[in-house]
Formats: sequence, structure tokens, C-alpha cells
Amino acid sequence: MRVLVVEDDREAAEYVKKALREAGHVAEIAGDGETGLALALDGDFDVLVIDRMLPKRDGLSLVAELREKGRATPVLILSALGQVDDRVTGLRAGGDDYLSKPYSFSELLARIEALARRGAPQAADTVYRVADLELDRLAHSVIRAGRDIPLQPREFRLLEYLMRHAGQVVTRTMLLENVWDYHFDPQTNVIDVHVSRLRSKIDKGFDKALLHTIRGAGYMIRDGAR
Amino acid sequence: MTALGRLVRTTAFKIVAVYMILFALFAGGVIAYLAQHTQQLVRDQIVETIDAEVRGLYEQYNIGGIRRLVAVVEARANLPGSSVYLVTTATGATLAGNVVDVPTGTLQNTGWREITYRRSEEGAEARDSRALARVFILPGGFRLLVGRDIEERELIRQVLAAPARWAVLVLVVIGVAGGVFIARRVLHRIDGMTATSDRIMAGDLSGRLPVAGSGDEFDRLASSLNAMLERIEALMVGLKHVSDNIAHDLKTPLTRLKNRAEEALRSAKSDADYRAAIEKTIEESDGLIRTFDALLMIARAEAGQAREHMTDFDAADIAESVAELYEPLAEQQGLALKLEAKGPMPAHGSRELIGQALANLIDNAIKYGKPQAPGQPAEIIISAGSEGGTIRFVVADHGPGIPEPDRVRVLERFVRLEASRTQPGAGLGMSLAAAVARLHGGELKLEDNAPGLRVTLSIPAGVQPAV
Repeated sequence: MRVLVVEDDREAAEYVKKALREAGHVAEIAGDGETGLALALDGDFDVLVIDRMLPKRDGLSLVAELREKGRATPVLILSALGQVDDRVTGLRAGGDDYLSKPYSFSELLARIEALARRGAPQAADTVYRVADLELDRLAHSVIRAGRDIPLQPREFRLLEYLMRHAGQVVTRTMLLENVWDYHFDPQTNVIDVHVSRLRSKIDKGFDKALLHTIRGAGYMIRDGAR
Repeated sequence: MTALGRLVRTTAFKIVAVYMILFALFAGGVIAYLAQHTQQLVRDQIVETIDAEVRGLYEQYNIGGIRRLVAVVEARANLPGSSVYLVTTATGATLAGNVVDVPTGTLQNTGWREITYRRSEEGAEARDSRALARVFILPGGFRLLVGRDIEERELIRQVLAAPARWAVLVLVVIGVAGGVFIARRVLHRIDGMTATSDRIMAGDLSGRLPVAGSGDEFDRLASSLNAMLERIEALMVGLKHVSDNIAHDLKTPLTRLKNRAEEALRSAKSDADYRAAIEKTIEESDGLIRTFDALLMIARAEAGQAREHMTDFDAADIAESVAELYEPLAEQQGLALKLEAKGPMPAHGSRELIGQALANLIDNAIKYGKPQAPGQPAEIIISAGSEGGTIRFVVADHGPGIPEPDRVRVLERFVRLEASRTQPGAGLGMSLAAAVARLHGGELKLEDNAPGLRVTLSIPAGVQPAV
């Protein structure tokens, strides 16, 4: 995956670039808004990571300009302004996701990967499958190894989100944002408890665990054997 | 600027000056109209008198001819008064009368005219006089002039003009004096306001504009400016409070963080030691970030910055979704989370902030709301209710509660009661909830749940929050 990082803090940018390379991706760096815009228009990137406050041209106007030129490349906006209203402004300007500084790299990576997969055919599928687990979005049913698993509505949405991002790390805040539509940090392990409840329903009694905890990052649904 | 110059420049003075000029013009107009009218009246009266006399003399002429007319005119001309008579032949020779020096040509035509004449009996010391006269040509070519002195009219004009001049003068003097007086009074109060403003600008935010108590425009202005200052002061105090607390409460964990890193560098023996130290460091910095975020959010909520992103939402739905979010955690902690909310319950505000405030309250209830006394139900009741335009969210537990004297204190930032020191958290949950309530024009109330704590977050429904 090719990622463009538009960030004026050289050290932070290099750090992100290095970490992305370790995760198997290619990253390019732009130090200001104008360079970032030129590179984003020229290059073929899967995801753009754009800091909100940049020299020469600020992040929001960069995104707006890109969208005006018809580029639909997913954009993750980084900002030291993390408040609700700032997030709203960021997403309204054409950003696809918003991450406030300081962030952890695992959070950044999980979001970049989620964005890159965005629009992949799987998102439109009505049935998600991971190993012998099957989720039917229309029938609202979950079946594992031929056995029907009853889920609460919220548990269903939780599993749906995890399965849409099967094979990708999904962080706690991503779950809170996408399943509950809240953007605050719950301060306690509320999400963990929900996930472990879900796990007890879909993994308990089966030989193979599908819902994995990724230490220091979040969760992932994947077929362990693959 | 001189005192006089300043006075002249005041709005009050300008208004008084304009008013005065208008009033003087009006008064002048009235006097002029009166004078004009009076003169007209006097003239009408003169005309009437002369007409009557002419008629009378004409009758005498008809009865007794020119001889009788001359006799009557002689008799009348000798009477004291302001009447003027003259009878001449067609050629202009005087037959009778009390005037001389009538301008030539005066008697050629009939009709009314104003003439200058001299009275004959006054002789050498006679002076020019003005009269309004009517010339009448009698049958036989005799001319009859009957007139009346109008010096009297001139006198009336003078009688009227002198007081009018005085009146205008007095008017101007009173006007100027009044203007100066009013302007000075207004200036005095404005000067007071300016002086106070200067003091406030210099940094003394506790200063307030003087309110005279008369309820006039100045009082209203001063009152609203005072209210503004009150708000600014509250915000400034809040800001100072935040920075004081940031300095104190962020430096403590930062110091701990630094110490831990130094300690690891000094005495770590294995990679595992380093890893453990680094993990602990990341954990602590996460805590720091959280505290910092919460602080910023409180400060911004208090400054009212989130107001523009308020929307309509269903209060029952929020209570339900937050309760649902925390339900598994409560269950894990051995507490039953019960929800009492019947939607739809339309409200207006920031769904995100209300959600966060509720989350904080429930989080607190789960942390501190476990029953201590035997026989108390291990449950937390969350309810949302709408009553008389107010939405009330209640989170009630049966835990140890908070003693009355501490209830106000826990709403302050970073306050954690002794009993809770061992629990994680920065002590910002309650103050954030209180800030969110204030932002929405509502309040956060802590009550005794007998036993336990009952927290009520109330906000006005649907209405725009008070500024």
C-alpha cells in the first residue's frame, strides 16, 4: 500500500514512514501543504495522511482542493485539535477519518488499513464470511458451523464491523466510533467487555478462535489457519 | 481638549443646541405671526372707522352741500385725536382740514393709500407723520381725504418687538444653560464609566460600572456591561483555574514518567526490564493524554465553543445507548444497570457531550457505587425524563454516596475524595459533566439516594441554551 504523509514535523513524519515500512507499506513524505497537494495529485496513493496545520496551505483546504479536483483517495486527517466540533469540521471538509494527536502508531496503522480497504467489494456484500462464521446482513442472522447464533442488535453491529474489516486490526476507539457513534474516550474497558461477551457467543464451544485480541492495538477477526 | 471643548463636543450638547435653534425659530415664527395678525387687525379697524366717517361726511355733504361739509370737518379736525381730515377743491385749494404737506397727486384719485403728512396746527415744529387715508371725490369735484394716523400701529409693533427680542434672548440663555447642565450631567456619568473601563482594561477585572439606581438608559447600559464583565471574569477565573491545575496536576505525572524512564536507563538489566518500563511509560502517557483531553474539553465547554455544533436528538435514545455501552462492564463488576427511559424525548444540544457526561456519571457509579450496607440492591438506575421543558438524566446508585459537605467540592476539577484515591481516574468526570450541563444552560445536582448517590443532569429541552 502506498501512503502519502503530509506532516511538517520532520521527526514525526520519519517515524510514521519507518513504522509503515515495517508494516509492509510504502510511505512518502511532504513537508508542507503545497508539496502535499502536488504529490497527492501526481502520485498514485492508496491513503493520504494529512496533518491539519501545515505551512503554506492548511490541511483542510488541501483536502477540499483534492475533492474539488475529483480525487476520491481516502484521507485521514491528523490534528492536535481533537474536539468533537473540530472532528465535524474535518470530516465536512472531505476527510474520511480523523485522528487527534497524540495518537499511537497502532491506532494510526489500523485506521490507514481500514481506509485503504474502504470501497473494497466486501463492504457491499450482504453476507460476510470468515472461516465457518457467516453473517447475513439482510437476514440479520449469524451462523457458525451450521449453528444459529442469536445476537443482540448491538452485538450484531459489532460483529458486522469486525467482519467487514476481517484480517485487519480494529481499535477500541474505531469500534466506539463506528458501532456506537461516540467519539469520546470511555476511560475504562467498556469495549473490552463488549468484545469478550461477543467472543463468548461466537467462539465458545468451537475448536478454533476467530476473534483475536491484538495486544496494544485492538481486535481482529481472522481465520487462524490462513 | 479643554473642558469647554469637550462639553461642546458631547452628544447631549449637540442635541440641546439643535433643539434650541428649532425652538427659537418656532418662537420667532409665532411672534412674527402674532405681530402680523395684530397689525392686520389694527388696519382693519382703521379702515372700518374711516369708512364710517366717510359715509357720515358724505351724508352731511348730501344734506348741506360743501358748506356744511366744511363746517363739520372743521369741527372734527379740531378735536384731539389721531384722525386726519382734508377737504379741497378740484384744483387742490384747501377748504378745511388739519393737515398740510400732503404729497402732490395724493388727491387725484380715489382709494386707499398710506401718506406722509404734517399736522397744520403744530406749525413750525410739526413733524412728518404716517397715516392711512382714503380719498373720496365728491360730486362737484371736491376732494375729501379722511385718514387715521398709524403711528399708533408702529407703536404696537415696537411694543411687541421689544419683549419678543427679550424672549428669544432668554430662550437662548436658558437653552444654553440647560444644554450645558444636561451635557455635564451625562458627561459626568460617562466619565465614570470610562474611568471604570480604563481600570478594568488595566487588569482589574473585579471593577464594575456604577449603577445610579434610577433605572434609566445609563443604568441599563451599565447593568448589561456589568453582566458582560461578570461573564468575562468568570471565564478568566475558569481559565486561570485550568492553567493552575494543568501546571500542578500534569506536572506530577510527567515527573513520574520522567523518573521511571531514568530509573529504567539506570538499573534495567534485561530487555524484559526495558520493555516493562517502556510499556509502563506508554500507559502513563496515555493517562496524561486523557487528562489533558478532558481538561481541554471542560475548558471549551465552559467557554461555550461547542454551541455551534448542537443538534436535535432524542434524550431517551442517548440514555439507552450509553447505558447499553456500560451494561456489560457493570455486569462484570456485579452491578445491574437498569434503564428507565421512554422515547422519543426530543432535546437540543450536543449529543456527543451529553453522551460523554452520562458515560462519566455511569463510569463513576460503577467505580464507586457498589453497595456497602447489606441488603442494598446491587444496581444502578439510569433514567431520562422530560418534564415542563426540562430533560432530566438521573444516575442513581446504592453505594456509600458522598457526604453532604463534599458534594459541591467533587464538581471541581481534580477533586477526588479520599475514599476514591485508590481507584484509577483523574477526578475530572464530575466536573466535565457539570461543565456540559452549564454549556446547555442546565445544571448538575448531587443528592442523597438514601443510601447512595443520585446525580441529576438537567438541561432545557429543545430550547436554545441561555447565553
